[in-house]
Amino acid sequence: MTVAWAFDAILAATVLAVACWTMAIRDTFAAVVGFVAYGLLLALVWVRLTAPDVALTEAAIGGGLTGVLLLGAAARLRPAQAAAAAETPGLALRLVTGVGCALISAALAAAVLLLPDPAPSLAPAAVADLPAIGVGNPITGVLMAYRALDTLLETVVLLLGLIGVWSLTPDSFWGGVPGPQHPARTDDALVFLARLLPPVGIVIGVYLLWVGKDEPGGAFQGGALLAAMWLLAMMAGLAKAPPTSRRWLRLVLVAGPLVFLAIGLAGLALAGAFLAYPEAYAKPLIMIIEVAKMLSVAATLGLLVAGSPERTPSR
Amino acid sequence: MSATTLFALGASALVGLGLYGLTIHPEPLRKILAFNLLGGGVFLLFGVVARRGAAAGLLADPVPQAIVITGLVVAFAATALAVALLLRLFKETGQATLRADAPTRTGADGADP
Amino acid sequence: MSLVLDIFTVLAVSTGAFFFLAGTVGLLRFPDALARLHALTKADNLGLGLVVLGLLPRADGALGALKLIVVWLLVLLAGATVSQLLARVARRAGPSA
Repeated sequence: MTVAWAFDAILAATVLAVACWTMAIRDTFAAVVGFVAYGLLLALVWVRLTAPDVALTEAAIGGGLTGVLLLGAAARLRPAQAAAAAETPGLALRLVTGVGCALISAALAAAVLLLPDPAPSLAPAAVADLPAIGVGNPITGVLMAYRALDTLLETVVLLLGLIGVWSLTPDSFWGGVPGPQHPARTDDALVFLARLLPPVGIVIGVYLLWVGKDEPGGAFQGGALLAAMWLLAMMAGLAKAPPTSRRWLRLVLVAGPLVFLAIGLAGLALAGAFLAYPEAYAKPLIMIIEVAKMLSVAATLGLLVAGSPERTPSR
Repeated sequence: MSATTLFALGASALVGLGLYGLTIHPEPLRKILAFNLLGGGVFLLFGVVARRGAAAGLLADPVPQAIVITGLVVAFAATALAVALLLRLFKETGQATLRADAPTRTGADGADP
Repeated sequence: MSLVLDIFTVLAVSTGAFFFLAGTVGLLRFPDALARLHALTKADNLGLGLVVLGLLPRADGALGALKLIVVWLLVLLAGATVSQLLARVARRAGPSA
């Protein structure tokens, strides 16, 4: 029973307590605040599980961007909350559901406790081929080389999600500007922050991309940071949300998947298989894909939070 | 019981908790919250499996961790789509409920639904 | 020398943790939103500052120490901005907030 074990036990208990509070509290806005706290505590758990890349992604996307999205939605849906809350199911249904969910948790816990004891691992296989790719971070190696197909499909799924969000706009606003009108404020604490933070944030975001080759980091984390800076500027009224019909915006959004797909198809010709990299050029090709991917991911994540267009484009 | 097993048990509890919230809460936004809670628990289980696969000089197996990173991004995209659907439903009917017989009204600007 | 540095780290981090505790007690016990914000700033500025100060001897190199200080400055900036925004909303909502 070391200090580290005690810390882990307290952390796990705190995460469970915050999750229970989030589920039980009546006010939806408070529940969203609890969820943001849950996301940040989860990032700590990822650090204790020696997964710093995942911790960065959870803090940025799971806690930060999802939190902003849900806080905005909770604020806008406040008028409808009272009516919906009146439909809470009765005690019998809650008891039965509780028992069912407890059984599922118990089954999962049993499965975890029965995991095989020298645990099978792909780490030796992952590390063995890293020098050939030229990256030092095994997670970047997995994302960009061993499972590059998954990453390509993930960028496409992000784009499809954005198309889904855009397709929910009423016909009269098609091609319009997403999100509510943020008044252009002056002399405000938020404007001060939005002037001071984005340069720092952009530098750190690009740094996260560059350092992700050999240390924890990567394109998704850097892209999430860039998206957050853009959203901050939009919320302070310093940058205007672009109309979704602009060609440059659509080009930026598809640049990531297109570059990835093009290099993958070139791999068919140059290295014998889809998404195979020619041996000497693996690292530069991966960096090119990562840069394009970061820009696309940043734009897509920012627009996903901004939502479907609600204002006509001012021509 | 090592700390990793502790996190695994906590993750199983989170999955059950998220599933309970998803089923019980009538408000769609609370369901989306519970869905994200459930997702967090599932990803933690992946993380525990990764931590147990420490080998070859690494502290954890990188493959499940990379899968979790992909999963986090895709879960965010799904949440954003769900929230957009909910906001459009609210704009069209004035209520955020999944009941089929809820009274509706046309949009305030007369836009076609 | 390293013993002195270790004692310094333990003292600084403990004092920082005490300020966090004080801030949390204030958050739970103070009557209204503005007073609670006031209590939280002690945790943010002084508590985190002392923790960062205590961790500086253990950072790897000057770059690591610089990163720790940048973290503290960013938290200061974000905390100050959010406090201002929350205080504006709390003042508009009246003393019952």
